[in-house]
This record gives sequence, structure tokens and C-alpha cells, in this order.
Amino acid sequence: MPNYKLNVNEKSYTVDADQTMPLLWAIRDLVGLKGTKFGCGIAQCGACTLHVDGVPVRSCSYPVSAAAGKKITTIEGISEHVDHAIQKAWVELQVPQCGYCQSGQIMSAVALLKNKPKPTDADIDAAMQGNLCRCGTYQRIRKAIHRASELMA
Amino acid sequence: MQSSSINRRKFLQLSGLTGTGFLLGLTKSGFAGQAVTAFKNIDAAYAFTPLINIDSSGQITIFNTRPEIGQGTFQSVPSLIAEELEVSLDQVVIKQTGGEKIFGNTQWVGGSSSVRESYTALRKVGASAREMLVKAASENWAVPASECYAEQGKIFHRPTGKSFTYGQLAEKASKYEVPKEPVLKDPKDFKLLGKPTPRPDVPPKSSGEAVFGIDAVLPGMVYASVERSPVFGGKIISYDDTAAKLVKGVTGVYTCNRIIGTKKYEGVAVVAENYWAAVQGRKALKVKWDPGANASFNTKDYEQSLRNAAKKEGLPHKPIGDFDGAFASAPVKLEALYETPFVSHSPIEPMNCLASWHDTDKLDIWVSTQVPGDLKESVAKYYNIAEDNLKLNVTFNGGGFGRRLIHDFVYEAVDLSKKAGKPVKVIWSREDDTKQGPFRPPTFSAMKAGLSPDGKPLAFQHKVISPAIDAIMNPGFDPSKVDQTMVEGISDQKYEIPNIKNAFVYVAADIPMLWWRAVTSTTLAFSHECFIDEMAVKAKKDPLQYRLDMLTKESDSKNVLLKLKEVSGWDKPLPLGWGRGIAHHEFFAGLCGYVVEVSKKDKGVKLEKIFAVIDMGTVVNPDTVKAQVEGAAVMALTAAIKGGITFDKGQTVQSNFNNNPLVRINEIPEVQVHILTNGGPVIKGAGEPGLPTFAPALCNAVFAATGKRVRKLPFDIRNVV
Repeated sequence: MPNYKLNVNEKSYTVDADQTMPLLWAIRDLVGLKGTKFGCGIAQCGACTLHVDGVPVRSCSYPVSAAAGKKITTIEGISEHVDHAIQKAWVELQVPQCGYCQSGQIMSAVALLKNKPKPTDADIDAAMQGNLCRCGTYQRIRKAIHRASELMA
Repeated sequence: MQSSSINRRKFLQLSGLTGTGFLLGLTKSGFAGQAVTAFKNIDAAYAFTPLINIDSSGQITIFNTRPEIGQGTFQSVPSLIAEELEVSLDQVVIKQTGGEKIFGNTQWVGGSSSVRESYTALRKVGASAREMLVKAASENWAVPASECYAEQGKIFHRPTGKSFTYGQLAEKASKYEVPKEPVLKDPKDFKLLGKPTPRPDVPPKSSGEAVFGIDAVLPGMVYASVERSPVFGGKIISYDDTAAKLVKGVTGVYTCNRIIGTKKYEGVAVVAENYWAAVQGRKALKVKWDPGANASFNTKDYEQSLRNAAKKEGLPHKPIGDFDGAFASAPVKLEALYETPFVSHSPIEPMNCLASWHDTDKLDIWVSTQVPGDLKESVAKYYNIAEDNLKLNVTFNGGGFGRRLIHDFVYEAVDLSKKAGKPVKVIWSREDDTKQGPFRPPTFSAMKAGLSPDGKPLAFQHKVISPAIDAIMNPGFDPSKVDQTMVEGISDQKYEIPNIKNAFVYVAADIPMLWWRAVTSTTLAFSHECFIDEMAVKAKKDPLQYRLDMLTKESDSKNVLLKLKEVSGWDKPLPLGWGRGIAHHEFFAGLCGYVVEVSKKDKGVKLEKIFAVIDMGTVVNPDTVKAQVEGAAVMALTAAIKGGITFDKGQTVQSNFNNNPLVRINEIPEVQVHILTNGGPVIKGAGEPGLPTFAPALCNAVFAATGKRVRKLPFDIRNVV
């Protein structure tokens, strides 16, 4: 199997993986970072969302071969002390319930605020529609994104 | 002393404690406590459940027997102890127990029961520890105990301000008799209870650090993906694993069993060095199945059989008066059949389990489960090992909703670890989760009502026609008796109707079925409360007032309706094209009602406003209760307007979130939640009551806006008229 050089959260890893292996499993099983979650495998739920060169992607449907050499950021890489504005707002508004989908939610929200520092509800709906939450934390996610926007201003 | 210290050492091994100064907990027969020095016969009787440990270094551990599945028990349950112990949650280590006998029979979560079953007992545990620590301090200082008080993990001497930490007092305190009736705090002095206390699991769930079952790792572990019969109950005729074994990384192919209640389902697992290789290997596997008796099962025929069975008399359930006579003579009659589908649980963390056999007969398990106690007992029994040989590690659950009340996927992992001779982690794909169930069963409801000329209810019938969860789960299932789960709540409503006939008609279906969040109330409240609405319409009465007219006595139900009337502005006119609906339902888990407002939009309706009122009696964390209702509304909306699960040729038609969709962020407006607390001794549940009444309130709103009565779920909210 080929070796791929992955740059994850500004650290370099070499993984021995089948070229069709989704980035999700390379990150979870080979790199060993477990914050990125598996939910559906077909880019429908967003639990596996991470950033490749700053753009949110569904890592369950993104082959490891395509990520080689690019800058990958996972939930573990967005802050040192759970102090990204999004994370602060998540804690302040007590967003997570079971918490399983929240890594993906947070990665989508971080990307949204980077592009739109002051998003409207419609912007939030558009950016967050790809992330399912079975516990139904949606209204807190919406409020927390607005709150994070204030914290960043 | 010798035997007692041996027993204590054994306990320390069991619980994973490394040292101890002071342990306090519950006895089996209710509240009591014992200090470490009184640890006799602990192994023989397991008579004592330790819940607090304070060691001499000052570390305070609270053992939490109630797994966290998103419902907040990681905060609410330890807070009951912490409040009385006078410690904040950041001063304690909360440790989830793993089904050890010594931690007693409360090691499970379901039925919205955790807080209400623990409220007084756990407060007494905390209060006893506090009183013993106060006594130790007062003796050390030779001052009256009344001059000492507990705060923030220390005992202070009021006149001088000097203090001891709990760690400094633990050893001495452990020598005392445990107070039989410790004095509980006055609720006005509460620092945690009744307050929106932040949950300690939220920061790790916002950083990716929280560990779920799927995240557990062991050295040398391998991964498994299991192929199961596409038709429920199908048996393996043969399989060809030649191509599967050629996939790089695949280390073996083995059979395994999945066990649900009385049923055993066969599987063939591909085991590999990483999960992706296991999935690729499974694709290359060829299995020949004998589909068995379910080969022609399909939703269309099954639903028709439910409709046909609706004509049967059924088994009576708590009748009141003479329904048949009153209905026959009633001047106004209504009848309607309500229908609901199978639905999936679909927690976002798919089923998974890491199992590791070692040293011949020892077994370690890492898993997201709602039921550590039952899991440990059942699995140890099935594999014929001593319970002490099974070390169960319970992680945060990536959603429960009832799905993790059974261990079907655990047996697969345990089988495979034995066969592979390594730690094996089984991970179900989303397709496995969607296709294999178990599912919430459907119910059909044959409703009848007889009214007086002025619309007063004279006779009411709710006949449930359904399969039975118990037929799958319980070897003692008796179809000649009413299945209490399948008629849940229909006899618990407070409406004052003189003649009531409730009944149950059983129609078998050999499909894996299981309790779903709020169980059968999620379908029966829909038929019950929509039909009450039909009666109000027939009587030409306001639907809320019609309900209140049937609730002349004081009741929590009446209070919920009155509060809904107030917070929703029920009497204020709505914009043109809008409609509002109301529903409430009392059942084993609690009591919650909704007012939902919708507006006409093209051929369908748009959700505009959602008001919820939940009756708690006493509330431990109001923010968590609100979160539970907000989320329950989302889950209920999915069940009301998304596809549901259907079957064709014995197989599940849906496979993943593309064809078994969940409600997304753009599909539901804010849910405004109001909590009723009368401070009374009866505490109601929070996790489930928000579900059952959302769909009927929505469908009653749809009727108010469009004149279209929804009697079958799911319905297409974009295409109502």
C-alpha cells in the first residue's frame, strides 16, 4: 500500500493506506485522532467534518490520497484550551447533549464564521444543513453561532 | 479486622479505586450508609453501594451509576450528592460505574427515571457524609458541632474561621456511625439543584476529547464489519470468503451471533487491521442465505392486516362504565382509524463494541450502553463466566433513545474476540443500523366517540392494533393478555368521560422491535389527542376549552393546559392562513404539552411557533430539562414528517440518512419551553415527555390552518392539501 504524508493540525504524519481509504479512517485508525466521528459514510450527516486547506469537507467520503500534502485541521486543531470563540459559545449555551455530532457541527461553524463573521439565520441554515443532530440541539447551535460571532467581534 | 481488610481490598479492585479514607453509600433496602471500618460481608451480600469516596489526599470521587446518553445524568445525578456534601462539581471526580454488583441495581438509564428515582436517597448520602465530616472537625477542635459548617470541600469553624479540608477529616469521619436521618438542606440554600448548573461533560464534548465507545482502543486490536441476513431471521447456508481474505489488511472471517431477547441472528464477520479494510473485505464476501419465514414480509400487506384486525373486539384494558351501550345510544357518533409506521432510533454514533478475551476466561468490554448492570450480568451469564471476570468500561453514549438498552452488537464483538484471539472492535455501518433495526413498532388506533347533542363526550374508545415488543424481548410473552407496553398511557389520561373502552389487538410481526424514546406514547398520544380534537370540532368547541371542560378537577394535566393557554397567547387571533393546535399526554415518564402554530405555504404548511410546557414537580437542572424538550421536539418532528421504515420481500427498504432522513437545522423554529414546578414530592421525568404530544399538536394545527385531518404518519408537510 502506498504511503501518504498527511499534515494534520500542523504536525506531519506518514500513513500506509489503501488509496481509496477515506480520510476519516486514516485520521481515526492510522493517525489516532478520535475527535472526528463516523456517522453515515456517505456525506449525509456531517459528523466527520474537518477542514482541508481551510474548507470543510466530509472526511468519510474524501479519499486519503486526495488529502496528501494539504493542510488538514480537525477538532483537536482549532484551539489549545477549548477557547476558540465557537467552543466558548458552545460551553456558554450548553449546546451538546450526547455530543457525538458536535465535532462536526463545530468544524462547520468555525468555517462559516471565517467566511461570514456576522451570519444571518439564513446563512447558518445554509452552512449547517449538512450536519445532523439526533438529540436536536439545532436551536442552541444557531444561538451559539450568533454568540461566537459577538465574541469574535 | 483481618477479614474486613481483605474484603476491602477486593472491593478496591472491583471499583478501580486506588486508595480510600472514607466511603459512603446506600444499602440495598433503601437509604443507609456505612463507613469503611464496617465493611463486613461486603462480598457475600453486596449489601452496600458506595457512592462517595474521599481519600486522604483530598480527592473526592462521586460514583455515577447512570450512564450519560445526552440527557444530562453526568451532571444531574452527582449534583444530588454534591449539593448536600457542599462541594462544587469541579471539586469532584465523577466516575461512571461499570455494572459491578456492588454498585447496585440502578446502573441503567431509561424511562426518564434517573433523577426522580435518586432525588431523596442521593441527597441523604451527601448529607450523611457532611454531618460526619462536621462531627470529625468539631471533635478535632473540641468545639460544638453547631459552630461548624461545610462549604466548598472544607469544614469551617464559624467563630474563628479556621478550617479543615475533607481529605484531612476523612479517616476520622469514617469511624463514626452513619446518621440515620441526616438533615437535608433547605431548598432555598441550594447552590446546584434547581439551578442551570453547567454540565461537566460539555467542555470535552466541545473539544473532541470526550470518549465514546467507538473511540476505545487496545494494543493489537482488530476491526470487524459484519454481514447479516438481509431478511430478518435468515440463516447461513454457506459462504465464500476467498476474495475477502485477499483484501489487504484482512486477518480473518468468522461467524458470530447477534442476540435480541429471544432471537438469535446469524452473521459473517470480516476482521481486519483497520475498519476500512474490514469494510472492503465484507464487500468481497459472498454469503448464501436461507431467508426463512420472513421472505415475503412487506409493509403494505402488514398494514392491511392491522386494518383488518381493527374490526376485532380485542382484549379489554381498564374499561370505565358501559361504552357499547352509551355509544349505541349517543346522538352524535365519530369514528376514525389512525396509523403510524415503524421508525428507526438512529443515534449518530453507530452501534459498536470493543471486546477482549484474555487469560482464558477473562473478558474486557468497552461500549456505549444505557444498561451497564444488565449488560454485565447477561453477557457473563451467556458466556458462562463469573461476573467479576467481566470488566465493563462504560463510555459516553453517542445517543441512546432506547437503542442501547440491548446488547445485540456486544455479543457479536465478544464472539469475534474469542474466535480471532484478539481484541475486536465491531462497528456497524449506518446501513447496518438502518436496515437491521430494531425499530419502534407501529400502532394503529381505532377511535370511537359518542357525543351528546351539545357535544359533551358520552363514550370514548381507543383500541390499539399492533405487534408487540415483548413478543421479541420476553420469552414469557402471552398473546392472550393485553401487552401493557403497547397500550401505554391510553388509560392514564385525566379526561372525565363516563364510558371508556380501551382495548388491544395483537398482530404478530417477526421484526426486531425495541423501546424507542417515550416508547408507545409516541404513537398513541398522536391518535388519542388528534381524535379529542376531532371531537371538539364536531362539538363546535375551541379545542383547548373542550379539553378543559373534561378536566373539572384539579390536576397536573389541567395546569399544563392552562399554562399553555397563557404562554402561547391562545386567545389572541392569528394571522390569516395560520392555525394552531394543542395536545398534552400523561404517561409513565411524565407530562408535557405543546401548542404548535403553522401557516399555509403553497400546498403544505410551514412551522411557525412551538410552545412547550413540561410539568416536573421539582426540577434539578432547568437548562437540561429545556434542552431535553427542545431536542424531543426535533426527534418527534422527524417521526411525524420524514419517511419511516418500510419493508419489502422481508427486507428493510431504507438504508441510510439519504432515504431515512432526519430533520435538519432549517426545518424547525425555536421551541419555547416552560417548566412547571410546584415543588411537590412527585418528581416527573424530563427525557421522554417532550416527544409524544408534538405530533398531535402539529397535526391539530395543520387541521386548523387547512381543514385537512392527518390520520396517518408520516405525512408530507409540504403537501397537505
